[in-house]
Amino acid sequence: MQAFIVNRILQSLIVVLVMTLLVFAGLFVIGDPVQMLVSPDATDIEKEAVRQSLGLDQSFVVQYLSFMRDALHGDLGNSFLTGAPAMDLILKRMPATFELVICAMILATGIGLPLGILAGLRPEARSSKTIMAGSILGFSLPNFWVALVLIMIFAVGLGWVPASGRGETVQIGPIAVSFLTLDGLHHLILPALTLSLTKMALIIRVARAATREVAGQEYIKFARAKGLRKNRIVGVHLLKNIMVPLITVIGLEFGRTAAFAVVTETIFSWPGMGKLLIDSILTLDRPVVVAYLLLMVVFLVFLNLVVDLAYLWLDPAAREKGRD
Amino acid sequence: MSTDMMSKETRDADLGAPVLKIEKLCTWFDTREGTARAVDGVDLELYEGEILGLVGESGSGKSVTGYSVMGLIDPPGRIAGGRILLDGRDLTRLSEEEHRRVRGKDIAMIFQDPSMTLNPTLRIETQMIEAVRAHEACSTAQARRRAKDALDMVGIPSPEERLRAYPFELSGGMRQRVAIAIALLNKPRLIIADEPTTALDVSIQSQIIYELQTLCRETGTAMIWVTHDLAVVAGMADRLAVMYAGRIVEVGTTKEVIEQPGHPYTRGLMGSVPMHETRGRRLARIPGATPSLLHLPQGCSFRERCALADKACTRMPELAQHHQAQSIRCWHPGETDR
Ligand SMILES: Nc1ncnc2c1ncn2[C@@H]1O[C@H](COP(=O)(O)OP(=O)(O)O)[C@@H](O)[C@H]1O
Ligand code: SF4
Ligand SMILES: [Mg+2]
Repeated sequence: MQAFIVNRILQSLIVVLVMTLLVFAGLFVIGDPVQMLVSPDATDIEKEAVRQSLGLDQSFVVQYLSFMRDALHGDLGNSFLTGAPAMDLILKRMPATFELVICAMILATGIGLPLGILAGLRPEARSSKTIMAGSILGFSLPNFWVALVLIMIFAVGLGWVPASGRGETVQIGPIAVSFLTLDGLHHLILPALTLSLTKMALIIRVARAATREVAGQEYIKFARAKGLRKNRIVGVHLLKNIMVPLITVIGLEFGRTAAFAVVTETIFSWPGMGKLLIDSILTLDRPVVVAYLLLMVVFLVFLNLVVDLAYLWLDPAAREKGRD
Repeated sequence: MSTDMMSKETRDADLGAPVLKIEKLCTWFDTREGTARAVDGVDLELYEGEILGLVGESGSGKSVTGYSVMGLIDPPGRIAGGRILLDGRDLTRLSEEEHRRVRGKDIAMIFQDPSMTLNPTLRIETQMIEAVRAHEACSTAQARRRAKDALDMVGIPSPEERLRAYPFELSGGMRQRVAIAIALLNKPRLIIADEPTTALDVSIQSQIIYELQTLCRETGTAMIWVTHDLAVVAGMADRLAVMYAGRIVEVGTTKEVIEQPGHPYTRGLMGSVPMHETRGRRLARIPGATPSLLHLPQGCSFRERCALADKACTRMPELAQHHQAQSIRCWHPGETDR
């Protein structure tokens, strides 16, 4: 088990290293940030001065190595635009995104899992077919379209909830959250619902497939032969086994959404990391983009590890294999 | 003939009322290709402490009979007719909740493959405690003590450790003992053991057969032992019922059926199993394979594989008394080759 974790951490370090190189090289070729920073009528000498002050006159290798040296000291560079440390900018926006995505995942799992199990237990029932048709819809509708329709109906048409912003927040230590105020909840509901739809559709499908497989297993028949109540069979015997594939999907979807909730955050003007990323890309604010992608890679790699550990916890037989 | 009838009646009087009485049970599966009559008019009786061997080739409807008694027939299957009386109470008329209370309490079942019957993600103790608490409001500690006693009873060493184990940590034989312990937990009236040793090594097989037999005798539990292997039950069962294509074709005391098998199919089964009772007798292998339930021949289902088949066999024979407790479904019972 310990060997497994150490092994995974070493693997993760290599992934992070490769990613820095890719991200850095990618941004190196996509344009000259200096053009965005100086006034259009600046002279070549002025531009050169800016370039030198940002270290952009150096070769790629030198820039990369100096970036890595700073990164190892926890310094991911300063924003070209504001001069503030890139990491601070990102960390300040992180709670808003995480709040949004966690709410979306809770909605997606809380609704998707029971519906998927229901559809899997009685695949021929009409209700099951309706659920599956709904999940196909959830898959195929693009996020921005869903967002706009929800805004039109609930914000513009009915006026129940606001269409943008985070609303009133409550401070918990250094972190500001919306979900503890009524106003914040009102702001949270539409973007969270938008984000949750595709995940819900995915969870329904995975839960259904897993339920169908597990429900046909002999240990479920044996559990019934013991005279267990249906709640116990579904809630313990079935659920624990279908969580094995589901935990992977839920974990990875959570990571993907947190890292790239760009579209939804933009439409709802949700002040999260995704919006910061888009703004930084548009202004070619390279340190922020690099820092962002780097942090997300570390986060995703960490999440993967958590998922694997959860998997081992759920499946004792796999735990045994992992030990060898 | 009349003395035979007499002796059957005295036997009934001796044994009291049957624990289980199955009357004209029909369990059918509605498939796209047609209705498969997996069990088609089965009659069986079982008395306290009695072991009945239910024998037949694979696909003859033995498991479906067992599941019907358990109330575990799922669509597209259905009980199309007949009665299943447990101590006189008709199980086919019970609601789902009433049936649940019978399952695992009055009737327990043991399945074929011990590597599949225990939930891989739950500890043995969880799976045993829940089986007690499904039927009785008692504390977890009490239920756990009962679980430990049951493991003791089936001869599992250091039961305390085994309770904490997950199924994958136990051997196949050990897992099947756990399944048997679970079956015994609530002191059932009847145990249905569906090929419980088929997946095990021969040495463990005989141990488990011996242990289950002893337990049934001691506790007065009746047992149906389902197997495709006549040799397995010949040494332990009080009576044998031979099943073919959803019907009982021969039933009698083990002695009667083994020493003077009357149905050509039973004789074929014995021929295909080496056992000392048949030594020196000509081996009569059964030609052909089990017919599809959807394309059974008209009349006797065994007609196309039977060396004795003649014109009479185009009509379905009834299960008729042949010798004391022995009944046979054949127009030419007890005849050898012509
Ligand atoms: N779920 C099912 N759907 C359709 N037919 C079934 C199903 N289960 C059993 N059957 C039918 O019942 C027959 C008897 O099955 P079974 O009782 O399992 O035989 P065995 O004597 O080997 O235990 C099978 O050959 C099959 O035709
Ligand atoms: S009834 Fe005829 S075909 Fe059927 S088993 Fe008897 S002899 Fe054979
Ligand atoms: Mg079977």
